[in-house]
This record gives sequence, C-alpha cells and structure tokens, in this order.
Amino acid sequence: MERNMKFYWKLFLSTFYISAFTFGGGYVIVPLMKKRFVEDYKWIEEEEMLDMIAIAQSSPGAIAVNTSIIIGYRLGGVLGALITVLGTVTPPLVILSLVSLAYGLIIDNFVVKCVLRGMQIGVAAVVVDVVITMVAQVLEKKMKLPIIIMLVAFVAAFFIHLNIVIIILLSGCVGASELLFHKFKKRGNKK
Amino acid sequence: MIYFDLFLSFFQIGILSFGGGYAALPLIQSQVVSSHHWLSMNEFADVITISQMTPGPIAINAASFVGVKTGGFLGALVATFGCVLPSLLIVMSLAYFYYKYRSLNTVQGVLNGLRPAVVAMIASAGLALVTLAFWTNGKPSIKFQDLDVAAVVIFLVALLILRRWKVNPIIIMLAAGIIGGGYYFFA
Repeated sequence: MERNMKFYWKLFLSTFYISAFTFGGGYVIVPLMKKRFVEDYKWIEEEEMLDMIAIAQSSPGAIAVNTSIIIGYRLGGVLGALITVLGTVTPPLVILSLVSLAYGLIIDNFVVKCVLRGMQIGVAAVVVDVVITMVAQVLEKKMKLPIIIMLVAFVAAFFIHLNIVIIILLSGCVGASELLFHKFKKRGNKK
Repeated sequence: MIYFDLFLSFFQIGILSFGGGYAALPLIQSQVVSSHHWLSMNEFADVITISQMTPGPIAINAASFVGVKTGGFLGALVATFGCVLPSLLIVMSLAYFYYKYRSLNTVQGVLNGLRPAVVAMIASAGLALVTLAFWTNGKPSIKFQDLDVAAVVIFLVALLILRRWKVNPIIIMLAAGIIGGGYYFFA
C-alpha cells in the first residue's frame, strides 16, 4: 500500500471511528482493530496482530492507545503512530470536554442508561464473535502446548485475576524454553 | 503553572499504569484527588461513571475532564498529551525491537508462547462482558429469575448475525443499543 495522504486519512478515520464506538474498556477495541486491519484491509497478518497485542499489553498505558500506536507504527512509521494515536484520543477528548460542562444531566438520564445497557449486550456479542474465531485458529493447528497455554492463561486471567503482565511474561518463558528444549533434544539425537 | 502540573501528573499516570483499564484508577485518584485536589472524591466517582458511558480509555477520559475543569480545552489537550506520551515512546521502542529481532529463533519461541495467552486474555475479557450483559448485577447465578432473558436473546441474535453475515460490528452495537434500549425503556 502506498503511504500517501489518502492512506494516512484512512488510518486516522479507522482509529477515530473505532475509538468513537468503543464503550466498556480497552479489550473491546482490540477485536475491532483486528477486524478492521487484519480481516477488512488485510494490512496486517493474523499472527503479527497477536504479537502486537502482546506488546501493547506489556507496555504501560491504556491498551486501546497502545494498540493503536503499534498499528500506526507498523503501517506508517512514527508519523503513522502519531496519526493513529490522534484518531484514538480525539473522540474521548471531545466528548469528555463537552460532558464536563453538563454531566449531571447525562448521568441521571434514564434513556441514556437504557441505550447503554443495550449497547453493552451488542459489545459482548462482538467480542465473543472475534474470540470464537481466534480460539478456533489455535485449536486448528492441533498442537498441544499452545492449547495448554491458552487454557492455563484463561484460568489465570478469568478466575484468579492474575496480573496481565505476569501472564504474558510466563507464557513467553514457556514458549522460549519449549524451543530451547527441542533444540537440545535434536542435538542429543545427532550424537 | 497549571499546564505543566497537568502534563506532569498525567505523564506519571501514563507511565505507571500497567495492565490497562481499571489498573489506572488508584493512580489517577492519588494524582487528581489526593495530591492536587483538582477533583473531590465525589467528582472522581462521577468521572468513573461517565467513563463507563462514553467511549475511550478511563485515563484519557479523566485527563480530558480534569484538564477542561482546571485549564479549559488547552488544559485537556496538555493532560491527554502527557497521558499518551509514555505509551508513544515505550510502544514504539518495543515495536522497533520486535521488527528487528522477530525472525530470531528465541524470539520466535517467546512469541509462540505469547500468542495463545493473548487469545486467552481476550476470551477472559469477553466472558466478563457476557456475564455483565446476562446478569444485571454482573454476578452469575443459577437462579433463572436473575437472568436477563431479553439480553440473552439480543446477544444470541447479534452473535448469529455476526458469524453468519460478517456485518460491521459497529452496526451491531448501535442496533443493540436501539433495540435493547427501547426494550428496557418500555419494560
């Protein structure tokens, strides 16, 4: 893809659009970005996207912001990262600035509450849709270790609420030691 | 100077909040409520409520809210910039090393371990959202009357449409907001 004005505009618009509709925390934005950049535009590979999410999660700061930075950097260098971060922060910046002027009216509004409750359900469906696709991709490869890592990490995250950074570090170590173990075994077989 | 204080405070929030989302809450509270008294504890609670209703990460929302309140729109800009600057520097450095070394064998091993864990964490977040949607108080229960049946129906229909026809997720979210919102309003 060519890095012209049109490309940067598309980059800004995608992140702006996704950010404007991301209610309910950082994790909702990740599946949306994956859908846009991996499935719709095909600018990023599936596995690369997972690596990018891991980097975004291991860095301090909001996951939505971090994910948009790494996508921007990958697609358009430093300028790309600045553009995607601008796209991501503009909707909350504008909305919160306006809301801070009259927030009492909004917080107690019954219609707003009902619509938000409805959107919450839609958001859950969107995330589950992406999760089904991702889990299927891990299972399809029929390799034992990734499936075990996935199950253990799920228990650690959902039931034990273990810190995300710790889960990422541990699973990375397991992956690295598996590779080293195989190398060692191969060398042993040669002798 | 207020702009410098805002920048510095939110830079600290940005650089110290690991794990995203609500991990940042105590940090924001200590900077904004305890050290600088920009917000009262009640106003801080309101910011959290507003953040759940509006798009965007909670730290950015807090930065915009506090910024406008103390230094107008320029204040909001400065605070938001301070909040994302650490992310920009750290994520871009990590990305640089990732693209430089990702073909190395050991790095490949690490990444092979990471990928399924990332899937698991997104799955965990997804399941938390489902529980929040199905049970109004967010706690799963076996009693049928605690279950929000309308939510389950809307969820299943939305999921079916997504799987079957690959509709734009934003359309699904808006439709759920309108249909679900209408239902809750009249129910």
